[in-house]
Amino acid sequence: MSNSAERDTEMANGEAEEDSADEQELLLGGLEKLVILPGQTSHAASFQIEQEDHTLGNSLRYFINKNPDVEFCGYTIPHPSETKMHIRIQTWEDTPTTAFDALRKGLEDMIEACDVVTEKFTDARDGFEASKQ
Amino acid sequence: MAPAQLSQAELDRRKTVGINPETVTNITSTDFPGHHPGEDAAWSIDRFSKGLEVKFHKNSYDEATFSLIGIDASVANAFRRILIAEVPTLAIETCYFNNNTSVIADEVLAHRLGLIPLKGSLRGLDYLKWYVRPDPENGIEGMDPSDYNTVVLNLYVKCEWKPNPPENGEPEEKYNHSNVYARDIKWEPMGRQKEEFEDLEIQPVNPDILIAKLRPGQEIDIVMHANLGKGGDHAKFSPVGTATYRLLPKIEILKPILNQDALEFQKCFPAGVIDVEYVDAKAVTENERLRPHEGEQYAKVKDPMKDTVSRECLRHDKFKGKVKLGRVQDHFIFQVESTGQFPSDRLFLESVKVLKYKAQTLLRALDNIDS
Repeated sequence: MSNSAERDTEMANGEAEEDSADEQELLLGGLEKLVILPGQTSHAASFQIEQEDHTLGNSLRYFINKNPDVEFCGYTIPHPSETKMHIRIQTWEDTPTTAFDALRKGLEDMIEACDVVTEKFTDARDGFEASKQ
Repeated sequence: MAPAQLSQAELDRRKTVGINPETVTNITSTDFPGHHPGEDAAWSIDRFSKGLEVKFHKNSYDEATFSLIGIDASVANAFRRILIAEVPTLAIETCYFNNNTSVIADEVLAHRLGLIPLKGSLRGLDYLKWYVRPDPENGIEGMDPSDYNTVVLNLYVKCEWKPNPPENGEPEEKYNHSNVYARDIKWEPMGRQKEEFEDLEIQPVNPDILIAKLRPGQEIDIVMHANLGKGGDHAKFSPVGTATYRLLPKIEILKPILNQDALEFQKCFPAGVIDVEYVDAKAVTENERLRPHEGEQYAKVKDPMKDTVSRECLRHDKFKGKVKLGRVQDHFIFQVESTGQFPSDRLFLESVKVLKYKAQTLLRALDNIDS
């Protein structure tokens, strides 16, 4: 077995971010994480996301639908034995928001929400543990 | 248009799932822009932060129960799904059989070994990374096993006669090592693992799991490699026994239920849900309808969380129109039961981390396409 020493030098060079990206690529086995499906217009697009399911599909759909510039957002898993999830986004044509912008905002909102959940959960747990003593 | 001032009653009505004798109503969330005209339902982190509440009911290593209030079902469900299928967990993945003369076939034994939950220092488990097995036929390059992605375990047991065995004794009295237990699995530290796992060595969560039975002369000698994996790939990698949620039940008593009826009403619910008390001055101030019945007994909702929503009370004509059952749409009572590798509360935090990581990965992929 090789040792973690080589890995450490890699990490020391501040390549932690890249490390995680490399890891992702390995786990995907050469597939693209995100593909734009044919038929894209200025305010609408369908995306194919590799190795995702209802977990990300449904929650991402929720966050994207929370955007007032979004006319429609829905997701589907076209075939149960393929690990692909399709997500369709249409934005109102009288707004400057594109489907890409809406997807980006949805993901950013989800990241924000996760941070809030972590914070509130940790506080509640620590408060509960303190009250037990 | 300025958002209309909404009454608390209207807000409560919107987020109550109606549970009727034969139907359920008002199930889907409506908090999307454009659904209620003139209201601002756009995502706002401040509003989310203000509305979100976490309440703990139980927190032990093996089991945590808590309420997540003010979150959408899609997000709560994402956490639940991640807990079951996507939080990385360490389990035995590969077995190398040096010798197996027991009556259990190699593949059966390997399967049993995989299912044994392991534990070890949390710092050490954090240090571990994914291992991707090389698969040249399918074009997967993979990686070499190393101290940061593979844990080596050994199982060597040989059954022998005890000196001077009793003639008609139990196998345990006659032979040494007639039973192979999970405690016989020994960890072999590699590279930096010794220091990373110094707080708690890698070992089975439960030492008393019976793996195999042997008779004199039989021997098991296996080298095992444990890797990180996901519950989605194999149930042995699932860090939880159960991870479920249910919505908080809601019982509304619309008209007073009194005396004998109150006692019967109480019996329609599990113990502790409904209280039967005497109507006093305090009760009258809380509910004006009780004024004519001072001194009588009345039914009162004590702890709806204990209810199972059996709908038994809806079967009796005498309670018709007097009670309304429901569930609170955004109040999720989570129950997380760990298999022992991580504390239950920590598992939930891990699930939030996984969802965030998924979003970050996709965001990075989007950046690569956009630029």
